[in-house]
Amino acid sequence: MSGSSKYQPTSPVGKWFHERLPIVAFVKDHAMDFPTPKNLNYWWTFGGILAVMLVVQIITGIVLVMHYTPHVDFAFNSVEQIMRDVNYGWLIRYMHMNGASMFFIAVYIHMFRGMYFGSYKAPREVLWMIGVIIYLVMMATAFMGYVLPWGQMSFWGAKVITNLFSAIPFVGDFVTTWLWGGYSVDNPTLNRFFSLHYLLPFVLAGLVILHIWALHVPGNNNPTGIAVKGPQDTVPFHPYYTMKDGFAIVVFLIFYALFVFYGPNYMGDAVNYVPANPLSTPAHIKPEWYYLPFYAILRSIPDKLFGVIAMFSSILILLALPWLDTSRVRSGNYRPIFKGFFWVFVIVCIALGFIGSKPPEGSYVLWGRILTAYYFIHFIVILPLLGLLETPKPLPASISDDVLAKAKLA
Amino acid sequence: MKKFATFLIAATALFGGVAMAEEGPTPAKGISFSFEGPFGTFDRAQLQRGYKVYKEVCANCHSMKLLSFRNLADKGGPSFTEAQVKSLAATFKVQDGPNTKGEMFERAGLPSDRFPSPYPNAEAATAANGAMPPDLSLITKAREGWHGTFNQLWNGIGGPQYVYSVLTGYETPPADIAKEKPEGKYYNPYFQAGHWISMPPPLSDGQVTFDDGAPNKVDDMAKDVAAFLAWTAEPKMEERKQTGFEVLIYLAILAGLMYFVKKKVWAGVAH
Ligand code: HEC
Ligand code: HEM
Repeated sequence: MSGSSKYQPTSPVGKWFHERLPIVAFVKDHAMDFPTPKNLNYWWTFGGILAVMLVVQIITGIVLVMHYTPHVDFAFNSVEQIMRDVNYGWLIRYMHMNGASMFFIAVYIHMFRGMYFGSYKAPREVLWMIGVIIYLVMMATAFMGYVLPWGQMSFWGAKVITNLFSAIPFVGDFVTTWLWGGYSVDNPTLNRFFSLHYLLPFVLAGLVILHIWALHVPGNNNPTGIAVKGPQDTVPFHPYYTMKDGFAIVVFLIFYALFVFYGPNYMGDAVNYVPANPLSTPAHIKPEWYYLPFYAILRSIPDKLFGVIAMFSSILILLALPWLDTSRVRSGNYRPIFKGFFWVFVIVCIALGFIGSKPPEGSYVLWGRILTAYYFIHFIVILPLLGLLETPKPLPASISDDVLAKAKLA
Repeated sequence: MKKFATFLIAATALFGGVAMAEEGPTPAKGISFSFEGPFGTFDRAQLQRGYKVYKEVCANCHSMKLLSFRNLADKGGPSFTEAQVKSLAATFKVQDGPNTKGEMFERAGLPSDRFPSPYPNAEAATAANGAMPPDLSLITKAREGWHGTFNQLWNGIGGPQYVYSVLTGYETPPADIAKEKPEGKYYNPYFQAGHWISMPPPLSDGQVTFDDGAPNKVDDMAKDVAAFLAWTAEPKMEERKQTGFEVLIYLAILAGLMYFVKKKVWAGVAH
């Protein structure tokens, strides 16, 4: 890769170093000169936002660990100690707590962006699949993190979710006991969740590097969905996208700060300020908002085992998305029918989230089932058929053509 | 299209119906406090009165384990002076020890001590009261006054209002329910865990005399103690809002600058 680099060290030290480790050239090629389509809109800034949020979570998390005690008798109070007695502990803790929610807001926008603009299609399948794995690891990380303050919802959430594994035929009970490190959610469970909660963000960082590597092989997709045809279609990443992403990141931080400083507990559940009590079950056990659609799918299936299978399938099916969508046109902008179905799908996901937040009673159950069925039908029936039946709109000849045509209109 | 419309109407009807049929505690009374909103701060005199209600009434049954006496002098709190905290701590007896002979002993409280609990353990507290009086340190953050995604976004979570409503919400039960009155319980429609609460109405008019001569009807005392408990749950609230304001101004200026630089950079490129 250093062969095609524009980086030419001038100083003797620079040359000496470059011949031994061409890292400066590598960074220049990938973070500064990288040719990027010039028509990316603000939906493309969420990748950078996600990277920033991962760093924020890691830094605030490391500081929290300096004061946190992973023990069932002390965890809750140690978090309160952070809130009360550690200098700016409240800030670190609220940043970490709301940071998780912001992370998920950004990842959902990022994923829907990919779905709308067909960014998962050839040649970006591996890039997309790494993204799905990142999402899974994020969910595991946040789940275990939520257990750490050892409030009522930490405990009962952990209990409900780990109990799901007992649905596995024959070995289910063995697996749950193994996960718990005992016969119920207790100190060993808290300790292993703590250990993994510290580990997984670094696994995420590694996956993010792979994700960007897989991005830099084909390069970015773009709102037209058509491939870059030459240098006239691109601009160097720096300063064009460093500035655009930078601006978007600051705006996102403003949104984040509004919650951290003015509604720090809005996204959370009040019940988690009650210390965990294995003898008293809260009236409504429900997970954090970002899991609610999957929780709804889980509860929509009357059978426990099949519920668990449906829940995991609803995420894993994303891995097959590049092959389920049969259309060769990437961008939804040129697929009039797909566009409608895309927005219906977005609404269905939000509605599933709403159902997940409600007790499984009355018509919520029926609606949960209808929406769950639709979720899968979208992937298994609608997307494959649409690609075959729909007539896409004519595509522009190139990114530059499209940009110029739009400039003329404006 | 018509079918779709019918579907939508049916859907709204179903959802709406369920939403209304949902049963739960009566939403808390929507009183307002000085510490609400982005610039709201605690009313020092109110926190001091609330402390007095806590100490003279609630502390007989409820613990407040997360607080130390010294917190009462912290910035952003009731702002008692160091001297006041010292003498006020001394009015409590705390257990210390073991001494050199290996015995536990009692002594007067010091500012660095935690608030002592009225009962040695949860079992004793439950046995004496018919139910466990919860620790009050975090109570206003551990309860919601009302529900709803948007409701809570605009009106807050309503924890202090919940406490106020429970304290002022004792009623004579409706005739059909009165028959079911469990032994040693009182009717309170605001109580989150069913309408029957084991706490006897803790306040009565004129019960606590305030040094500043402020009114001391049940309603006033309930408001004061709810405000005090909002502070115990979130002692860094004022610092948080103040810092937030500074951070937001900084970020807003930064965003403005970034926007113009970005615009300038892109000026020559159609995109
Ligand atoms: C005589 C003892 C006693 C006194 C005095 C007392 N409480 Fe209670 N309180 C209880 C008991 C017992 C419960 C538990 C009720 C239950 O679970 O049914 C309780 C429950 C509560 C609850 C919780 C309701 C819930 O949602 O779980 C709050 C809030 C509360 N008390 C506030 C106060 C305040 C504020 C004061 C002082 C003004 C006070 N209490 C004085 C005994 C007392
Ligand atoms: C992918 C990034 C991460 C996510 C999504 C995440 C998520 C979470 C969540 C949801 C909580 C519960 C917050 C609460 O209710 O209080 C939490 C707590 C915690 N996390 Fe993380 N976290 C991440 C990274 C880290 C890292 C890197 C560390 C340490 C190195 C860390 C350490 C902690 C600690 C000590 C707590 C308990 C303190 C508390 O509850 O506030 N986290 N995390």
